[in-house]
Amino acid sequence: MSETWIHILIIVCVLLGMVTIAAGLIYVERRMLAVWQERYGPNRVGPFGIFQVMADMVKIFFKEDWIPGFVDRKVFIVAPTIIMITTLLSFAIVPFAPGIVVANLNVGILFFLAMSSLGAYTIVLAGWASNNKYSLIGGLRGAAQMISYEVFMGLSLMGVVILAGSFNMTDIVMAQKGMWNVVPQFIGFVIFFIAGLAETHRLPFDIPEAESELIAGFHSEYSGMKFGMFFVGEYLGITLVSAMTTVLFFGGWLGPSFLPPIVWFLIKMFAFILVFVLLRASLPRPRYDQLMSWGWKILLPLALLNLLVTGAIVLYNQ
Amino acid sequence: MLSSIRTVWLVFLHMFKKRVTIEYPEKKAYLAPRWRGRIVLTRDPDHNERCVACYLCAAVCPTDCISLQATEDENGRRKPEYFRINFSRCIFCGLCEDACPTYSIQLVPDFEMGEYKRQDLVYEKEDLLIDGQGKYHGYNFYRVAGVAVGVKGKGEGENESAPVDRKKLVP
Repeated sequence: MSETWIHILIIVCVLLGMVTIAAGLIYVERRMLAVWQERYGPNRVGPFGIFQVMADMVKIFFKEDWIPGFVDRKVFIVAPTIIMITTLLSFAIVPFAPGIVVANLNVGILFFLAMSSLGAYTIVLAGWASNNKYSLIGGLRGAAQMISYEVFMGLSLMGVVILAGSFNMTDIVMAQKGMWNVVPQFIGFVIFFIAGLAETHRLPFDIPEAESELIAGFHSEYSGMKFGMFFVGEYLGITLVSAMTTVLFFGGWLGPSFLPPIVWFLIKMFAFILVFVLLRASLPRPRYDQLMSWGWKILLPLALLNLLVTGAIVLYNQ
Repeated sequence: MLSSIRTVWLVFLHMFKKRVTIEYPEKKAYLAPRWRGRIVLTRDPDHNERCVACYLCAAVCPTDCISLQATEDENGRRKPEYFRINFSRCIFCGLCEDACPTYSIQLVPDFEMGEYKRQDLVYEKEDLLIDGQGKYHGYNFYRVAGVAVGVKGKGEGENESAPVDRKKLVP
């Protein structure tokens, strides 16, 4: 097989694998939430309820795809695709194992940040196009939340970049051979994870959706597979942030050699996905202004300080 | 901040606790004997219908779901000609059981009455009548009542004195 075919194979595998994992997370999340609430969760369809995913997918595909008459039709249709596209594009730079990476960009992290910033459009456009007060409020909140958390998400990653001396994801993983970045960059890790949580607008930071206040926020008017795209996009976001945390702070595919590198990567990634679900199971949603002040007044200065100290130590050691 | 982390930890510990779910069709929850479920009509120890068709249950029923017609057999014993409960209206309040003077109508711990057709929720007397005595054993209304309807002669009931000969009752 030629080089090109292997590359195409990798692309197809990453695409299908990530979409499958994201869909499977519906089951994982329901099951794990149940476990942490002393319930069983879906356990009827197939062994351990695993075919619940299929049932859910069949259901959502056959739902009526209703576009209300009062919406801005073109934008309404485009909005849910943006989150799928940007998140799937972000996976291009994630190195799953040595050699298994779609695009070994030398600006990998910047590409990831750019794509997750573009993801804000999905909320803004969906909220605006729905022509609904709740959707608009949701979109507004989502825009503010994603833009402000974007700032120190980038800043928290700069410590990693300084340590590795490169924006390239593979180089960053290789730089963690001696010690995972989580030890010297613990603050960076915590800030990145919180920002990632806000970036994927997952609970406890699901302020753009906030069922108890805004019905369903920016996707109130969506139904059928358009809603499904937001849904899968959110799970893709979780997978992406988990994968990025693994790569940037927990040594990516590195691990003892009794397991292949890709397995180490997946184990670490799923551990973070479970942390996402655990946080959803335990923490209440903060108020909107609390989220904002928490971000700008605590996390941003902390990220800057972290960057400053890391830079100073690296310079001192040279 | 610390309390949030503690919350996450405590929620995590719930993983190792016993599940509270009772997996229903396979396992069933305990229902107390006095649980208010399906309504039955019981029989007395002599295996006759306890119901004397007094209409008290139909009168007390807040949703008017009980319908019956009284009749008498050849001995003058009252019984319902038909007895119909519409379970699609019944709210299982148990007032009919409270009102019943003969312990006939009783609510039993059973709730699995789902039907596909609404009409199937209307229970006739044959559906309601059970062979046993239900929750109150040994009670037989006509053994303690004064009237003689073929169950016992006049004055032969429990704690009942013989009838007075009114011709000798002159002062």
